Amino acid sequence: MKNIYKLTIGFLITVVAFTSCGDQKSSKTGGALKSSNAEKVYVAPGEHDSHYAFISGGYSGNLTVYGLPSGRMFKEIPVFSQFPTNGYGYSEETKPLLETSYGFIPWDDSHHPDISQTNGKLDGRWVFINGNNTPRIARISLETFETEEIIEVPNSAGNHSSSFITENTEYVVAGTRFSVPVPQRDMSIKDYKGNFKGALSFISVDPEHGHMDIKFQVLMPGFNYDLSHPGRGKSHGWFFFTTYNTEEANTLLEVNASQNDKDFIAAINWKKIEEYVNNGGGTMMPANYAHNVYDEATHTATSTMKKEVRVVNPAEVPGAVYLLPTPKSPHGCDVDPSGEYIVGNGKLSANLTVHSFSKMLDAIENKKFDGDAYGIPILKFEDVLAGSVEQPGLGPLHTEFDGQGNAYTTFFISSEVVKWKLGTWEVIDRKPTYYSVGHLTIPGGNSREPFGKYMFAMNKITKDRYLPVGPEMEHSAQLYDISGDKMELLLDFPTHGEPHYAAAIPAEIIKNNSKKIYRLAENEHPRKATNDAEAKIVRDGKNVHVYMTMIRSHFSPDNIEGVKVGDKVFFHVTNLEQDFDVPHGFAMIGANNAELLIAPGQTRTLTWEPKQVGVWPFYCTDFCSALHQEMQGYIRVSPADSNIELSWSLGED
Amino acid sequence: MKLTLKIITVLFISLLVSCGGKEEKKEETFSYQKKEATEKKEAPKVEKTVKASEKIDLTNKGVGPIKSVDLSADIDQSMATKGEDVFKKMCTACHRTDKKFIGPAPTGILERRTPEWVMNMILNPEEMTKSDPLAKELLMEFNGSPMANQNLTEAEARAVLEYFRTLK
Repeated sequence: MKNIYKLTIGFLITVVAFTSCGDQKSSKTGGALKSSNAEKVYVAPGEHDSHYAFISGGYSGNLTVYGLPSGRMFKEIPVFSQFPTNGYGYSEETKPLLETSYGFIPWDDSHHPDISQTNGKLDGRWVFINGNNTPRIARISLETFETEEIIEVPNSAGNHSSSFITENTEYVVAGTRFSVPVPQRDMSIKDYKGNFKGALSFISVDPEHGHMDIKFQVLMPGFNYDLSHPGRGKSHGWFFFTTYNTEEANTLLEVNASQNDKDFIAAINWKKIEEYVNNGGGTMMPANYAHNVYDEATHTATSTMKKEVRVVNPAEVPGAVYLLPTPKSPHGCDVDPSGEYIVGNGKLSANLTVHSFSKMLDAIENKKFDGDAYGIPILKFEDVLAGSVEQPGLGPLHTEFDGQGNAYTTFFISSEVVKWKLGTWEVIDRKPTYYSVGHLTIPGGNSREPFGKYMFAMNKITKDRYLPVGPEMEHSAQLYDISGDKMELLLDFPTHGEPHYAAAIPAEIIKNNSKKIYRLAENEHPRKATNDAEAKIVRDGKNVHVYMTMIRSHFSPDNIEGVKVGDKVFFHVTNLEQDFDVPHGFAMIGANNAELLIAPGQTRTLTWEPKQVGVWPFYCTDFCSALHQEMQGYIRVSPADSNIELSWSLGED
Repeated sequence: MKLTLKIITVLFISLLVSCGGKEEKKEETFSYQKKEATEKKEAPKVEKTVKASEKIDLTNKGVGPIKSVDLSADIDQSMATKGEDVFKKMCTACHRTDKKFIGPAPTGILERRTPEWVMNMILNPEEMTKSDPLAKELLMEFNGSPMANQNLTEAEARAVLEYFRTLK
């Protein structure tokens, strides 16, 4: 009888449990009950995040991949910086990617990632990012999550108003922050005003393979071009750049570039200039810039120097460029999803200025100009103003949009994100950030169709947010739920390097395209060894080429003799695995570069210059199987005058 | 008493079923683990004295996509040539035809294994070495060196099998 009692109780508990589990599910979707914030960011072990976020690394020079809403980091993609972790920029195949007109450069400052678009919507094929210091634009494949192409931008310095994409990825645009002499020459810095130029580069993107080519550069007056965004929808065909230092000061800009009440947003009708250029307009000027392309079939990048670039004087293309007065040293230049509103985030202004695209067209049509700057018409502030958000905060920097008629602006000085309504300009909500926020991102926020569920703010100052780790620390980011009227802080997570902007996208758009292996049958590396019979060693004078294979858990060959001091040994190592997530590493004692981390089906080359006589080991650095520790080999290095013949073997006594 | 218990059990099971819906995925994982657990119990039954590579089992078809293979009386020479090419490209890093290397030699394999087992071992090695008793034993016999999944198509694996028939 007691048993029946127990069973009945158990039965009742079970019924309650199952019933309530159903209830919870319906309440989650219905939003009737407020669930905890922890639950909103919890991604259970083995489950996937709903969004990818590509967060720029700033002074790391790279791009990191995060999941939202968990804030977990999945990958650091090396772009502009050498990456000993996998040999990027050290292996012979990847070194050409970092070639420039200044020679090999191992580092840069990466800023603004932007995902390719089709019809104004994120298509998830590529992500582009700019190198700020030595002006370059990189294209990263979202199939391999590897850097595929880097193009240097001549006549540019401080490549900051970059790398933003037009709505069919016709162009990736790179604007110069610093104006410089064009062409570069020996002249007095004091002669800056009127002589220096600001180059805005329109880099065409091949719709098939994504290859970049500088179609033209607009040589603008010597202002600083800070940020930019494409027109979209009705304003597709235009591009907007914020400027500061319209004073054209060349020293103590902190003071001297903050004199004018208003600077400009430059509106560029790129379709008009494209047409002008297609009809032979502009001039080809001598230049010298690197174009580096990685070939997935040969697993190898090549670098070519380009020798000329087409430049366009905007004063010679009537109707192509206008200046919109904007208070006051505007930083972010953001265009809403409809393409009607252009937000100028005036750093030193009390109000946020919003221009109207249709009013701009109207003013242009009626020729309501307020003078010109070096032949470029200036429109009247009142004629183009759509409205302003009155005193929303201190130090506005960047604005993103949720696709529901709302805008979200970061305020650096007052450390907050402010939500306001397009059209009525009223402030709806404000939430603090921790601390001193720079950029913010809404997935698809720079497109016609944002996915307005999450917003995250990337901060410049971390201070007490995490356990202290000495004076230098990673920056903090905060994730907010923006699906309701009020923003809700969900999560605090550290980011790597110094993020300047991020591009985020729903995971389903790209995750199924992610490559798992490289096919051995498609490997066209000139020094591949795609099966054991192709493993060999060839001496070419002092150069020794080792065609090596690797598979769980051995190298072939693993005993090498006949190498001499003074030789240059090239290990061309092919990973014979054809299974997902079975990379192998290759490390050689005393190598003055890095290791190689080689994906299944890939070939990579490490150069080693043996300096000492002896027998030297190499090994696999990636724990690949139960016999990983056995994955090793030896190279015998003999004196330079030795006559020991080159020989190699695997598994022979 | 017994009847009450039965009724409660039936109700309980029907509740479990009705609440299944979205949890389906997880249940699959559980049953998969259960499967593994039951096979672990079977493992001790296996004879330990004969090496796994020398054992003869002409009934076990292994675990994987291949349920049945028809071998023609005569060897299909063109298929075997194709298989030899695939074998050289994808398998020789670990297998020699005539001697034990990293893994066992394939010569005479069809005297010890069913054709289905051989193809499943090529196409589905992770699962085979986890849940096929013979494959598990082989993994231990060969020092835990895993059979790599080289992502062959079924047609390629079939051709490799035909090539194995030519090895004497």
